[in-house]
This record gives sequence, structure tokens and C-alpha cells, in this order.
Amino acid sequence: MMTMNEFRTLFQNGLSKQNAGLVQLLGLCPLLAISNTLVNALSLGLATMLVMVTASGAVSSVRHFVPHEIRIPVFVLIIAALVTVVDLVMNAFVHPLYLVLGIFIPLITTNCIVLARADAFASKNRPLHSVVDAMAMGLGLTMVLVVLGGMRELAGQGTLLSGIDLVFGDEAKQFVLHVLPNYQGFLLAILPPGAFIALGLLIAAHNWQKARAERRVHAAAPMPA
Amino acid sequence: MIPQIKAAGSNALRTGTILFVFALVATALLAFTFARTEPTIERSRQAEKLSLLTQVLPPALYDNDLLASQQTLPPHELLGTRQPTAMWIARRGETITAVVLEAIAPDGYGGSIDLVVGIDVDGTVTGVRVTAHRETPGLGDYIVRSKSPWIEQFVGKSLVSPETKRWKVVKDGGQFDARAGATITPRAVVKAVRGALDYFARHRAALVAPPAPEKPKPVKQLKEKTP
Repeated sequence: MMTMNEFRTLFQNGLSKQNAGLVQLLGLCPLLAISNTLVNALSLGLATMLVMVTASGAVSSVRHFVPHEIRIPVFVLIIAALVTVVDLVMNAFVHPLYLVLGIFIPLITTNCIVLARADAFASKNRPLHSVVDAMAMGLGLTMVLVVLGGMRELAGQGTLLSGIDLVFGDEAKQFVLHVLPNYQGFLLAILPPGAFIALGLLIAAHNWQKARAERRVHAAAPMPA
Repeated sequence: MIPQIKAAGSNALRTGTILFVFALVATALLAFTFARTEPTIERSRQAEKLSLLTQVLPPALYDNDLLASQQTLPPHELLGTRQPTAMWIARRGETITAVVLEAIAPDGYGGSIDLVVGIDVDGTVTGVRVTAHRETPGLGDYIVRSKSPWIEQFVGKSLVSPETKRWKVVKDGGQFDARAGATITPRAVVKAVRGALDYFARHRAALVAPPAPEKPKPVKQLKEKTP
């Protein structure tokens, strides 16, 4: 069983304190490469989260059968198998999106955040805790991806949700929000440097907010002058 | 010494067996998923290819099963290909009305640009589409139909109209539009489309002449010499 407190701690870690994208800075390759539109970012984030949750659950369930010496190969094997399953399923059921995300789905295997959670958390904790931890970490990463994707898409081409028809078919084209009509586009935001700049801004905002929260705690506790 | 070696050996055997079991389970999982998704994946691939073909061929030109008409072409310099590529043949009744060739523009800004080019029997372009490219997003990627209608200007062009020296982008004294700041990309595409037309003109007899799908070989050889 799991107490409410444990649950809250795991989510706080995943979403903010140890956020994979903003604090641990793990798994940046897909983060930077695919966050050029909101739909791409959200899709890859959800796919990564799915792999993390299933991989952590699987690793945690078999943790007593895996000798310490071969734990990394076994974990990589589990992760690679699950990623391939996700890859095949996406190829079959959301084919156009699969063509856009392309190589970045198989590359989830090499995303260090997945192996890091499997080795650092799931191999030492019970399945329920591991699954919740993976979910929180995955959600934190997805959130960063979504914000990054939204920022870059808005600055780069003045729209939101472009490419949603790749997921839901041609009828979904009407969901694309043309936030800035007649926008000329801002190439830098779409190109890789835009990803670095936007991520830097996000990390700065996150640190600023953390510092402010700390100051408030200090101010609340009266300190000897 | 011996007991130590024995212990190491049995440990290796144990971990090896465990790894093997995990590999076995993972393989079974993959085999199962593959078997379940493969038909759907194949269907999506075919549908994608067919939608591409219908984009470069006007519907009036064919009534045959385009996907079934696929043939293989050997690599050729004019097509920019180094591997055998596919060709599709459009038929109306028994007569061949057009072909769709795969061509590669090797000299794009970001590397090769893959194209499909529809050409009717008279050697006129019926449509061109980019299937793969690595041009700069927002700058050179206007050659893709979903980004801009640029690629449509090839429709109706042939080797005689415009004449050879006008088969260039406007900047080079030709008649094909190109956006300022990104001329390398369209230059490569124009050259590749012209190359495909040239290839078609030179091999027209072999590509178009045999009316039936099963080509009697001696006839084909004879016809190749005529033009």
C-alpha cells in the first residue's frame, strides 16, 4: 500500500523538484528535436511516459530475479522491447504521426531518464511506487515538452495544435488555432537553437520561482537579525 | 583454486540463463506485437503510397489498380538514383496513359530530395510531389505541397515547353519561380524533374510501348532500337 504522503512526495519530485527536463536535464535529445510543435511534443511526451510507466512496473516486478551484475542489460532489454512495441503500435494506428516523429520513437530507448528511473527507483521499490514514480516523472517531462512545443510553435508559426490532423484525421484540421493571423513566422524558434533558448527561459523561470518560494519561507520564519 | 573457478562458472551460467530467459520473453512479446500490427501497418503504407500516386495523376488518366502496376527500374543517372526504384503505370482500358517515376535530386540544400514525378505518354508532367527532404523548415521546405503550392507549377510542363534553356529557376534565367533566400532547393528540384522527363523521353519506347503487362522480350528489344 501507499500512503498519501509518499504519493505526494513522488509527484512533487516528478513535476517540480526533480523534474527530468528542468532540473535533472535528462533526455534532452528528443526534448529539443521534437518540441517544434505542440502536437509533436505532446505525442512524444505521452509515448515516453507510457514506456516509462510500463518499464518501471516491469523492472520493479522482476527486481528480485535480476542479479546485480546483469541488471543494466536486463533493464535495457525490457525498455527496448517495450519501445519497439510502442513503435509498432504507433506505426499501425497513428501512421501519419509516426512518420513525423520518425526516428525519435525508437530513440526513446536511449533516453536516459527511462533507464535512470528504472535503475535508481524501480529496481529498489515496490511496483506500485515505481509505477507512480514513473508516471510523475513522465508527466513532468511531458509538461515541459508541451510548454516548450507550445512556445516554439506560437513564436515560430503563430499557430497552436497544427498537425493535429495527423492524429485524428483530416476532420481535426479545424482544431488548429491560428492565434496570430497573417503571421510571417519566426524561423529561429522552429530551428534547434530556438529549442535551446526556449528551454533556457523555462529553466530560468523555474529557478526564479523556486528562489522566490524559498525567500518566502525565510521571510515567514522570523530570523535573528 | 578449482572451487573458485567452479563458483565463477556456475555464477556465469546462472546469470547467462537469466539473461536468456529475459531475452526469450522479450522476443515473444515482440513477435506477438509484430504479428498483430503487421497487417495494419502494411495497409497504412499502401494507403499512403496510393494517396501519393493519386496526387500526381489526374483521375481521368487511369482506371487500373495503380499499386498493382508497380515495376522496378534499374538505377539511372538522369533519375539521380543509385538503387533500383519503383515505377507505376497508369492505364485506361488497355492503353498506357501515364507513368509515375521516382527521382532523386541529389543537390538539395540539406542533401537529397526524393520526388515522385507523374508523366503522361506525351512526355508532359502531370504532377510532382516531394516524398522526403531535409531542407530548412520555414525556408526551403515550400517545395512540399502542404506548405505551399509551389510544386504545382510543373504540371503541364514538358521538354519542349518550356525549351531546354528555360528549364531553370527565374534567377538563372529560366521560368520557374523560387523564393528569395532559398534558390538552391528549387534549383535542385527543377533539375531533377527535367532529368526525369529526359529519362522518360529516352526510354519511352521501353516504358510505354508494350500494351500488355506481360512483355514479349524480342519485341521490346526491337523497339528500344527504333528511337
